Amino acid sequence: MKKYLLKRFLLMFPTLLGVAVLIFVLIRIVPGDVVELRLAGDSSAVSDKVLAEERAKHGLDKPVWQQFATWVWGAVRFDFGKSMWTGAPIYEEIKLRFALSLQLAIMATVVAVLIAIPLGVISALKQDTWIDYVVRIASIAGLATPSFWLGIVFILCLLIFFKWLPPMVYTPFWVNPWQNMLQLIWPALAVGYRYSAVATRMTRSAMLEVLREDYIRTARAKGLVEKLILSRHALKNALLPVVTVICLEFAFLLGGLVVTEQVFNLNGLGLLFVQAVAHRDYTLVQALVLIVAGFFIVVNFAMDILYAWLDPRIRFR
Amino acid sequence: MAISSAPGEVVLAAEETRARRWLSAVGDFCRRRPLGAIGAAIVALMIVVAALAGILAPYDPVAVDFAAMLSKPSAQHWLGTDSFGRDVLSRLIYGSRTALFVGFGAAFIGATAGAVLGVGSAYFGGRLDLYTQRLMDIFLSFPLIILALAIVAIMGNAIHNLVIAITIPMIPRCALVIRSSALSIREMPYVDAARAAGFGHTRIILRHMLPNVMAPYLILLTAFLGQAILLESSLSFLGLGVQEPTAAWGLMLRGAAVEFAETAPWMAIFPGLAISLAVFAFNLFGDSLRDALDPKLRSL
Repeated sequence: MKKYLLKRFLLMFPTLLGVAVLIFVLIRIVPGDVVELRLAGDSSAVSDKVLAEERAKHGLDKPVWQQFATWVWGAVRFDFGKSMWTGAPIYEEIKLRFALSLQLAIMATVVAVLIAIPLGVISALKQDTWIDYVVRIASIAGLATPSFWLGIVFILCLLIFFKWLPPMVYTPFWVNPWQNMLQLIWPALAVGYRYSAVATRMTRSAMLEVLREDYIRTARAKGLVEKLILSRHALKNALLPVVTVICLEFAFLLGGLVVTEQVFNLNGLGLLFVQAVAHRDYTLVQALVLIVAGFFIVVNFAMDILYAWLDPRIRFR
Repeated sequence: MAISSAPGEVVLAAEETRARRWLSAVGDFCRRRPLGAIGAAIVALMIVVAALAGILAPYDPVAVDFAAMLSKPSAQHWLGTDSFGRDVLSRLIYGSRTALFVGFGAAFIGATAGAVLGVGSAYFGGRLDLYTQRLMDIFLSFPLIILALAIVAIMGNAIHNLVIAITIPMIPRCALVIRSSALSIREMPYVDAARAAGFGHTRIILRHMLPNVMAPYLILLTAFLGQAILLESSLSFLGLGVQEPTAAWGLMLRGAAVEFAETAPWMAIFPGLAISLAVFAFNLFGDSLRDALDPKLRSL
């Protein structure tokens, strides 16, 4: 197991490097560059000389491999450089937005877990009754409803029924928790519904599988209380695949909130990414993708460790 | 049937039983999985609506009518009009064409490319397999929408580019699943037999291995259909997908629909319902198909 984990740990680095190469190349294939776009705003005719000078300032005149090496060497030391568009350090640009997106992702996960696990278990226990059908249809509908549209519907309902709109300006949690919650609970619910649908389906099918196992029958035969059978024998064993999907979805949320952030006018990582691509802000796009993908890779690795912790059979293999 | 009957008749009879068998399989599917049948019926309805859009739609979907701007649902405009006075129902009907085109296009190309890659990777194994796996890992670490966004930025947002942008993030997801099914097929005696008979790699992959991953392939295909429609509507909503004035559901939710949400809620509600219903139908059908074909693949 240790050897396996070590191998998984070491494999993270080539993957990250691959991500770095891929985004570095992709963003440079996009037609137009940051200098052209920024200077085109000032006047229509910019001399080639000015363009070349501007490019030199950002190091864009150097050979591509040299640009790449400089960037990767910086990224290794967690120094992502400065935004090519605003000139501010990337760290400053990302800090608050990262906090916002991360908080939203965590809140959506909490919403999803709170809905998914009880519903999934009930649905499995009452298989093929009307409760099961309602839960299943609700979860398939959850997968089908675009979360950005659900967000629009939430805002609409709040407006029509309560004549109230969630605050539009972001307040960090540590400044005013109440204001912060009032604003973020709606996107968290909108995203959480879809997320819970994925997890509910997994909980249900994992529970159904476990409930057919021999040791559950044994537990029932020896007269164990049903509650204990469910919590200690069934749920504990059904949890592994559920944890997997919850982790996977969580890892994707950080970068996957783009559209929901747009609806709720939240200045998160997603919105920043869309703007950065529009500006051809190479350094910012690269940093964002590397962070989001790195987060995904690390969460995946953490999941493997969690597996070993949850399931002793894996630990001793 | 007499033994001396003409060979043509035999072929005809065989075809007839095949058709009957197929019909009874469909009937069986409907009886055992009513939810799946409902999904399939909605999908079929959608295809009919998209095909007959020209006849069914009461108005031209791009015709601007400022006299009827933002009018409520009424006898003239069943689902109301948008901020340009365009009929929402007609735009929904034409929008189904966009959704189906992108959905089927992306799902078909994505699942097929993924299947070929997955089977090839499993068949050849060794170093090639290792490298493909690593490459897939890299693509998998990008969130779906971010990869699609980057590709649209590079290629521009013509509708066929949109299909490609949605396809590329799907390929590694498909390849992963297909590869694991193909790994066990590679060990089957009939693959060994084919190799012993001296068949080439291409023939073994196409004729012996691909047909045997048909079940996961079909399941992935239906699962991707819904996802592709969702992704297209997300991209269009962001303004990076289908462009005005083309009718597309995600695009209809953009801009004015949010601005005028309070005074003209029909603009925001109906396109969203259309997206949800379409994806819901595909998922319902896909789920039942998965249960019928391969219950082990529940994690998808």
